[in-house]
Amino acid sequence: MADGGMLPAWMTERPGGFEPGGPDRAVRQSALARTLLGLGRLARDTIYSEKVAARPGLMQGVDPRVKVAGVLVLLLLASLLRHWYLVLGLYLVSVAMAAAASIPAWFFMKRVWMFIPLFAAVIALPSIFNVVRDGDPLWVIWDFGGEVRLGPWSLGTSLAITQQGVRGAVMLVLRVAASVSLGVLLALTTRWNELLRALRVFHVPRLFVLILSMTYRYIFLLLAMATEMFTARASRMVGPASPREDRRFLAAGMGALLGKSHALSEEVYAAMVSRGFDGEPVTASRFRTAAADWVWLASTATLALSLLAGDRIIG
Amino acid sequence: MADMAAKNADAPLFLVEDVHFSYEGAPALAGATLSVERGERVALLGANGSGKSTLLKMLDGLLFPDRGRIGFMGQELSEATLRLDSFSREFRRRVGFVFQNADAQLFSPTVRDEVAFGPLHLGLPDDEVERRVEDTIHILGLGHLKERAPYHLSGGEKKRVALASVLAINPDVLLFDEPTAGLDPKTSSFLVSLAGDLHEAGKTIITATQDLSIVGDIADRALVMGEDHRLAGEGPPAAVLADRELLLRANLIHDHPHRHGGVEHYHPHSHVEGHEHGH
Ligand SMILES: Nc1ncnc2c1ncn2[C@@H]1O[C@H](COP(=O)(O)OP(=O)(O)O)[C@@H](O)[C@H]1O
Ligand SMILES: [Mg+2]
Repeated sequence: MADGGMLPAWMTERPGGFEPGGPDRAVRQSALARTLLGLGRLARDTIYSEKVAARPGLMQGVDPRVKVAGVLVLLLLASLLRHWYLVLGLYLVSVAMAAAASIPAWFFMKRVWMFIPLFAAVIALPSIFNVVRDGDPLWVIWDFGGEVRLGPWSLGTSLAITQQGVRGAVMLVLRVAASVSLGVLLALTTRWNELLRALRVFHVPRLFVLILSMTYRYIFLLLAMATEMFTARASRMVGPASPREDRRFLAAGMGALLGKSHALSEEVYAAMVSRGFDGEPVTASRFRTAAADWVWLASTATLALSLLAGDRIIG
Repeated sequence: MADMAAKNADAPLFLVEDVHFSYEGAPALAGATLSVERGERVALLGANGSGKSTLLKMLDGLLFPDRGRIGFMGQELSEATLRLDSFSREFRRRVGFVFQNADAQLFSPTVRDEVAFGPLHLGLPDDEVERRVEDTIHILGLGHLKERAPYHLSGGEKKRVALASVLAINPDVLLFDEPTAGLDPKTSSFLVSLAGDLHEAGKTIITATQDLSIVGDIADRALVMGEDHRLAGEGPPAAVLADRELLLRANLIHDHPHRHGGVEHYHPHSHVEGHEHGH
């Protein structure tokens, strides 16, 4: 079949000598591809590889049940405290705990604050304006020069950022930062299976834990496939893609991607069932409480009580 | 369930009777009937899409027939019976399934966790789990990969981890779905000889494949699935492989044009023993 047989003529044409020429331009990945690939790598290397959880550290040694209980108390605290500096204090405590768990503080803060701007822009930002929430103006952006009405609505006489609005938004963002921070800390320092099992100990319904456990694998598959998809495209492309091409590719590929990863995750579930999985997470190490657990419990309780007392005393 | 074996000593291991199954209207099995005895070595041959994987999933109690029935040692395999804790535990312990797509089978953070998953979920004591994990990892030569993440491994390594994850359960019945597809010859022949050892240890081995070159080594009986999603024939591997007409009908071999010294001609062709023919 060396002469090609059924192949069309163009397919049997051979290229000439290999002579790269013309102006050189470094092929760069577009921002979208970079973000996606970065996200995939991050998920793999931090959450899925359980690297942090396997490292020796203060938090890693604590029994998962006790750890979950402690974090739940601190989460509750994050929404109960009424003074922003106390919430900030709680956030800083979580960063300190991360450091004690041998997670680089800078890495940890960066991860947490990645979510915050998104959240803040959607929920907190609008509420700082007087048109959304009335209050004492802090900074007048635009004086309407008279009352502006929008049907039955009065927009007031100016557009301003209010003191109450800013205070509320700061509080909200701080609460979210502290909560996310504590959640990420728990997730990073606990092996996923042990975390699920700890949730079962607190009587979180089996179905919920099962869904959580499948979501975890599903997102992993989705990321792995998205990465593959981009890589596969890059291998067929001459030169870099423009952001617009990237977006179009992603939109078109999304449907196929979801379908594919869904089919695969069904297969993953079947493979788990085949090996005896019935929705109940099982781990090798038996849960047992040790001195470290009591230290952890005592210090979270002390922290919680003193912050709460401080909050009430300050008024 | 302890008396499952005793009570039904004479029932076949698997009895598949007139099983029909379709995926949202697309037929995958249309009246499959077969039986497998304990300790047998069976190959399930068939072209792509003939329903081999579907049948294996049914034998593993992962899918259930739309019509017809499947018996396992005299008991019906159905959603209802597999919901019984005692039955499903015993069944999962006895029957192991190595999926074609190793990626689907690997979902744990490390190779060690992956191999421990089955034994842990079947409720074995910790030290027994540990022993099995170590032994299986050793047999499959995965020692240096123990702490690695399964998804970072090469295709052949993934396959070996997938196999280890099933062997650690020590199932009495092994279902292999296209075990050699996409593997290099060395890994492929390693798998085939391991299957041979497992059979000698008394295990039942059912292998779905379209790789005709391994059939003689992995089975004492071959079943051929037709493109009409039913059984098209069966017999000893040598007899089935010699039945060109059957293999052609099942689309396991094909006529295709050859050129030899400028002369183009057609003749039935398979990749069983290569291409030797004189002119
Ligand atoms: N999850 C699924 N959803 C829809 N159709 C499927 C699915 N799995 C298999 N099929 C279809 O069922 C038929 C039999 O497939 P399968 O059992 O995988 O065959 P084989 O393993 O012999 O290649 C094929 O036509 C295939 O397209
Ligand atoms: Mg198949």
